Amino acid sequence: MADVTLQNLIKTFDTVEAVRGIDLRIPNNEFVVLVGPSGCGKSTVLRMVAGLEEVTSGDIRIGDTRVNDVPPKDRNIAMVFQNYALYPHMTVAQNMSFGLRLRKVAKSEIRDKVQRAADILGIAELLDRRPRELSGGQRQRVAMGRAIVRDPEVFLFDEPLSNLDAKLRGQMRIEIQRLHQQLRTTTIYVTHDQVEAMTLADRVVVMNAGRIEQAGIPDEVYHRPRTRFVAGFMGSPAMNFLDCQLTEENGRTVARLAAGPALPLPAEQAARVRSYTGRKLVAGLRPENIREAASHDGTNSSGVPHDISIDIVEPLGRETIVYFRLGDATLCARVGTEVHPRAGEQTSLVFHPDRLHLIDPETDLVL
Amino acid sequence: MRVLPPLLRRKPAVAVLMCVPLFALILGLVAYPFFHALFLATLNKAETAFVGLDNFTFLFGRQTFWMVVRQSLLFALVAVVFKALIGLAAAHAINTIPTKGQRKWRGMMLIPWVIPPALSTLGWWWLFEPTYSAINWGLTKFALPAVPWLSDTFWARFSIILVNVWVGAPFFLIMYLAALKSIPGELYEAADMDGAGPWQKFFYITLPMIRNIIAITTLFSIIVTLANFDIVRVLTQGGPLNSTHLFATYAFRVGIESGDIPLGAAVSLFMFPMLAILAFIILRNVRRRAASLA
Ligand SMILES: Nc1ncnc2c1ncn2[C@@H]1O[C@H](COP(=O)(O)OP(=O)(O)OP(=O)(O)O)[C@@H](O)[C@H]1O
Ligand SMILES: [Mg+2]
Repeated sequence: MADVTLQNLIKTFDTVEAVRGIDLRIPNNEFVVLVGPSGCGKSTVLRMVAGLEEVTSGDIRIGDTRVNDVPPKDRNIAMVFQNYALYPHMTVAQNMSFGLRLRKVAKSEIRDKVQRAADILGIAELLDRRPRELSGGQRQRVAMGRAIVRDPEVFLFDEPLSNLDAKLRGQMRIEIQRLHQQLRTTTIYVTHDQVEAMTLADRVVVMNAGRIEQAGIPDEVYHRPRTRFVAGFMGSPAMNFLDCQLTEENGRTVARLAAGPALPLPAEQAARVRSYTGRKLVAGLRPENIREAASHDGTNSSGVPHDISIDIVEPLGRETIVYFRLGDATLCARVGTEVHPRAGEQTSLVFHPDRLHLIDPETDLVL
Repeated sequence: MRVLPPLLRRKPAVAVLMCVPLFALILGLVAYPFFHALFLATLNKAETAFVGLDNFTFLFGRQTFWMVVRQSLLFALVAVVFKALIGLAAAHAINTIPTKGQRKWRGMMLIPWVIPPALSTLGWWWLFEPTYSAINWGLTKFALPAVPWLSDTFWARFSIILVNVWVGAPFFLIMYLAALKSIPGELYEAADMDGAGPWQKFFYITLPMIRNIIAITTLFSIIVTLANFDIVRVLTQGGPLNSTHLFATYAFRVGIESGDIPLGAAVSLFMFPMLAILAFIILRNVRRRAASLA
């Protein structure tokens, strides 16, 4: 086991700057998830850690060793690929043991390790099959088995679940979580699925355009985003953004939403943003913070009601997503199942200012 | 499918009908010549009487014939092995250079294969010319003895094999290159992570992944090489002293030049059972492996 340190890591492909300076320290045993939109450089970072991609500049350390020039096989890491990359001409057991056989590990030891890994992953009956005789989920397990038997210091996953259907993805997510609890191996996991990021990570690293936007525990990244990008990327449906003006009314600091209600800020936030009074800002409000008026759980006491006209309704069973217009902006709200909104209907929704994010449009930083 | 007109729905009849041109072609160009050769081989020299297997027993009693059998096998074996090795090495070399530069190399490497062999062999014939050719001139420049390329038994055999390899290696090259490109790059990355070096990757990933292509290409090449005619015909005409004759050139010598067509047919038919058995074994293995990989 080891910690992994990335220092000012940069990667340029010909003219494309894929990674533009990543600094990240991953302590031993931590499960870190790199998440971000397509093309932001997640895979490139992972592949540089694996040694499959040369580093343009910066340092990668595993434990105390600088590994920039160490070939992949000597880095003591294992990687699970998106398309599994199983050897089609080998059986499951041979696939899993290939690395050990190349390292001339004793036959009996190989057998034990493969058996143990197969037991952990529940693929003991599949050991004699070839990859083409396996389902997607089984192949995924074999790919993980191949990583486990090597007993590496670091696991690397590159979107390992993206080829599975939604249900299986949920199952495998839980298995990976269980596996990490069992093995506690330092893990770097790449995904663009934020549910995977939120559920698996000890720490989420949100990337955008080759840089880290924010790194923190899932709760922090979700509730205290540092930038507009993070605020908009995490959460589904995405956060609503709309212009607002910060004003002083009756001794309270108020965010007056464009064509919407004026939301009084909580005292602590008001103190932080007071210097922006009179400025145009961007307000970010998550759909779950715009709710139906008649809520039974009493959480609406602090909200500000506002009359709107419903555009589109998406019933999801557990909740209902409502889209409505406010000035030029289309906003999204999550309402409970007790109310049955209909498209075109006039109704009142309650805006909750206690989770309002105020963004400086010049820096895109959350204030 | 449900809306097809009745004629098309009667699949077997239509299917057979559509295959008729192909069957006719095979019948006319493969089956007819084959059976006609079989028939010819059972006639006497004047083609006036049926003599059964006499032509074959006559051949089996002749030393020259057995010499031709040995030469053909040696020629095919050595030439195919070198074609395969050189083709594989060249395919690997081309596959390692960046994709942008590959086209021109591939194009250049294919040149020997696309020139009509009779023409390019004529070029080689000039190169092998004993006194004034480039090769011997170069050798004597470096104070090495001139080589009797086409008049000495060993060197004549060497020369026809050399030219055959030169003509045929590009075929292996393109087949292997296509096969190499069909191997997903991720497998090599996985092998990198597993700790495989270049040779281990070659033996444990590349070779098993392209074994079927190797087998089929080799089979095809053995057939074509055993049946080779033009190189020997242009370079040595089978000489010196019949030491470079192959089945085809010997059949030509016996059948056309010496006027015993039935005997020539018998010579050329001798290859058939050997190739049939070889093809059967190789294709059976290919099918088995294909089923296990897919
Ligand atoms: N081998 C390469 N040659 C040139 N450009 C590359 C190469 N690999 C990646 N890139 C570029 O680098 C950038 C980052 O790519 P990368 O694969 O790391 O993105 P990603 O975050 O993994 O995206 P995705 O979620 O789609 O997998 C992209 O703009 C991509 O086009
Ligand atoms: Mg990627």
